[in-house]
Amino acid sequence: MQRKLSVKHLIGIKGLVPSDIELIFETAQTFKEVINRPIKKVPSMRDVTVVNLFFENSTRTRLSFELAEKRLSADVLNFTASSSSVSKGETLIDTVNNILAMKVDMVVMRHPKPGAALFLSQKVNSIIVNAGDGTHEHPTQALLDAFSIREALGELKGKKVVIVGDILHSRVALSNIYCLQKMGAEVMVCGPPTLIPKYIDELGVKVETNLFKALSWCDVANVLRIQLERQDIKYFPSLRDYILQYGINAEILNKINKKITIMHPGPINRGVEITSDVADSKQSIILDQVENGVAVRMAVLYLLGGQQNS
Amino acid sequence: MTRLILSEKQMGITIQRMCHQLVENHDDFSNSCIIGLQPRGIFLSKRIVQHLQKWNPKNKLKYGALDITFYRDDYRRSEKLLVPSRTDIDFVVEGKKVILVDDVLFTGRTIRAAMDALLAFGRPEKVELLVLIDRKFSRHLPIEPDYTGDAIDSIDSDKVNVEWKENGKEDGVWLVSKSKSNATKTKR
Repeated sequence: MQRKLSVKHLIGIKGLVPSDIELIFETAQTFKEVINRPIKKVPSMRDVTVVNLFFENSTRTRLSFELAEKRLSADVLNFTASSSSVSKGETLIDTVNNILAMKVDMVVMRHPKPGAALFLSQKVNSIIVNAGDGTHEHPTQALLDAFSIREALGELKGKKVVIVGDILHSRVALSNIYCLQKMGAEVMVCGPPTLIPKYIDELGVKVETNLFKALSWCDVANVLRIQLERQDIKYFPSLRDYILQYGINAEILNKINKKITIMHPGPINRGVEITSDVADSKQSIILDQVENGVAVRMAVLYLLGGQQNS
Repeated sequence: MTRLILSEKQMGITIQRMCHQLVENHDDFSNSCIIGLQPRGIFLSKRIVQHLQKWNPKNKLKYGALDITFYRDDYRRSEKLLVPSRTDIDFVVEGKKVILVDDVLFTGRTIRAAMDALLAFGRPEKVELLVLIDRKFSRHLPIEPDYTGDAIDSIDSDKVNVEWKENGKEDGVWLVSKSKSNATKTKR
């Protein structure tokens, strides 16, 4: 049987089918072995040029993509909006078409506007990988989270995952919900009622506002940062109040009668959503997530780039 | 049209003969290792390792599986998406004599990729190639095997099917041709 992805671009997890995710995981597994070799590089994409278009700040995701591209031997162009002609009034499509005119094969884009990646995939002739579009989706983060859970717990089917924190402004939460559900896991969201989107239960997720109850239910807790930069109004009385009600610390983890796996997509605000002793504990797989991120992004780039003619 | 090239019995004898040749050259395998190429070279390499272990149980044979997908020269050129398999090499290749094992040698492109892939694990002292079936006169690259099970003449449109018990089939090698002209088997 010939295997391929059902999509030409990676815009969001919503557009993937479970066999796509399975294929990405299997490929990522082989790349994980590659990046632990003495020579961590393979020549697959040596004739491919990738541009990383970042219209929004990023450290981890951009470095992770850049490393993934370099490990695949692709040529890499980096573009950050603050130092570009965007500030001179150029439109997104013009910017991208100008870059593509220089014979670039793939575009990895982060943009503050939801839907930017989809829009670009419809307007320009290139392979688009969404590295986060506003509060919409962040597909590679969800893939690496799910891959890390599978690695830690053996499988995703039937596992219970709670996403804690600022669900309203989080693209990681939405992509994670789609991805985990497609792979057969149960998902719960937990946070202050003001930071949980209305009607989110229509996606089939459980909603819980009590952190202790949520942690007692789950096998895995994926802890999100409070995205103060996206919050135009006050959603909770004070940061101190948030920490008291939703901060994860060793005390609350000791109270629940089982060992749960702790995840965080970064960047961490230590002492806010998670304390240092928990973030650095043995049950935390935060740094495994970062390592897996490179392998998963290599898989996504390799698979999308490789099916150009198929 | 399908024609039997090696029966189960012949295949067993052939593999055993190649194992003897390996022992002649590599003695106790203290500085040699066997690497099967994913996916189809794995069955043959495992059989060879079984024989060698049986003959000399004290030897600790170094055996690995190498996936060459990321080193192929047809990425973005092939109709098919090239999906990788596992690589599993848990020893140091640096300074070792490496025997690459595959079932069929055809254009030589897989072996070119395998040599490239192997270098990611270190610089071997020597690299040899063992194949069950050598499809002569069809090479795209200057690559020849050191150990050959059987050499056949065939045309490009023919297919060589190697089946294994481990794969749920009967052991044997078959030549499947689309055309009527018979491929001939040549004596070594």
